Amino acid sequence: MKLYALFKEFSKGIFKENPIFVIVLGLCPALAVSTSLENALGMGVAATFVLVFSNLIISAIRKKVPNKIRIPCFIVVIASFVTIVELLIAAYVPLLQKQLGIFIPLIVVNCIIMGRAEAFASRNKVLPSIFDGLGMGAGFTLALSLVALIREVLGSGKIFGHLIFKEFNPASIMVLPPGALLTMGVLIAVANLIKQKRK
Amino acid sequence: MTDKLIVSTSPHLHKKESVSWIMWMVFIALLPSGLAGIYYFGLRALWLILISILAAVVTECVCLLLRRKKITLLDGSAVVTGLLLAYNLSPAVPFWMPVVGSFFAIAIVKQAFGGLGRNIFNPALCGRVFLLLSWPKLMTGFIKPFSNVDAVTSATPLVLFKESAANVYNIGLTYWDLFLGRRSGCLGEVAIFALIIGAAFLLVFKIISWHIPLTYAVTLGLFSWLFSASGFARGDVLFSILSGGVILGAFFMATDYVTCPLTRKGQLIFGASCGLLTFLIRRWGGYPEGVSFSILIMNAFVPLIDRFTRPRVYGKK
Repeated sequence: MKLYALFKEFSKGIFKENPIFVIVLGLCPALAVSTSLENALGMGVAATFVLVFSNLIISAIRKKVPNKIRIPCFIVVIASFVTIVELLIAAYVPLLQKQLGIFIPLIVVNCIIMGRAEAFASRNKVLPSIFDGLGMGAGFTLALSLVALIREVLGSGKIFGHLIFKEFNPASIMVLPPGALLTMGVLIAVANLIKQKRK
Repeated sequence: MTDKLIVSTSPHLHKKESVSWIMWMVFIALLPSGLAGIYYFGLRALWLILISILAAVVTECVCLLLRRKKITLLDGSAVVTGLLLAYNLSPAVPFWMPVVGSFFAIAIVKQAFGGLGRNIFNPALCGRVFLLLSWPKLMTGFIKPFSNVDAVTSATPLVLFKESAANVYNIGLTYWDLFLGRRSGCLGEVAIFALIIGAAFLLVFKIISWHIPLTYAVTLGLFSWLFSASGFARGDVLFSILSGGVILGAFFMATDYVTCPLTRKGQLIFGASCGLLTFLIRRWGGYPEGVSFSILIMNAFVPLIDRFTRPRVYGKK
């Protein structure tokens, strides 16, 4: 029974409360980084790491933090983990760091992480918080990868940097900012359609 | 056709003008320019026009079916969108491009926002800009009139003008050439005389008013004259208005009922701003021509313009 509850915390992040398509949070990195599948996966993994560990710490210290200064406290925790991630990426995958650039440090102000800290981790026990972080991270990564897959295929005719269509004239608008907004809009519409159908 | 598009503020007494009547009148007014385009660029231009219209109509049908709405093809709005999109293409583009452009214009720009009367941006122009940003090389490969597609792509007068800041005669053209349309450019924008015939037709039938086109052209001419590349107050007014897509844009696309301000005062602001933006893009922007971008940018401001030019309620201060 307990395991089932934990699984529910995990799975809600993927469909029912998907951070991008349903809650519509964290759009800034989602729009900027989703030009290729590689970037999207890198960003997703980095954000998931920060999400899980910040949820863990914030949930653990939730009773010690005075209510009035909780937001600064959360930010200190989140910023610490973002710094760890940034240094790790710089050390082991410098190419990805070059690609993602400013968007790694900007995970600090990613609304999903802040939102989960405020809405979930600061009110729940440690274990559910970890699973919430995992689920939200997975949902974010999946959504980002879907957007990136569409944009990479249509915008440069590639998947993971490999050319897939030879006789295809890619629409470069899809890898430009308008392409991100168009893809996102269509996908959110589809998500809403599915939600309506289920009711 | 029961749904009537009401495009004025009070009083609400109307003539029996339906949406379809207006759309078909616009269609007729656009025909001379298309015929001129076919004359200059050959049968290929006709195919482009037909494919574009067909793609627009099919997309409209499919979207209306998916949205479970009544199929209202006879209102002609999809036909006009397809026609306008074709007019905004280089006659040398491959045949799949009008299909993609029409699909984008109808499915995303028009139907996704709620269909006829609810779109924020002009569908045909959005289609053009989508294609321009997606395939810039194909969209800017122009051909000279009376040459076949494989001929050397030739730059439009505006491109030459921007690169060398020359005057019209250095380019090897006369104002008469520009007026008749004997220059490379988009399919339906080159034949100025044909566009003016169509515009006069619309003005006579009071389908469009002079406010937007006149302010557009005057503002563009004024600024091009004052701040030209060859010095203060030494610009070429006629060239700035006759080249590029100003006439097509100002008379047929900036005046789109759905995406232009409702009040006369608002329309004056709208037209003047379009002219100013076009001048800014041509003079200092990255593109040689800025008509489509400026109209689309001003489309986004229409709700604001409408709010600030709301007419005074009778009897109130």
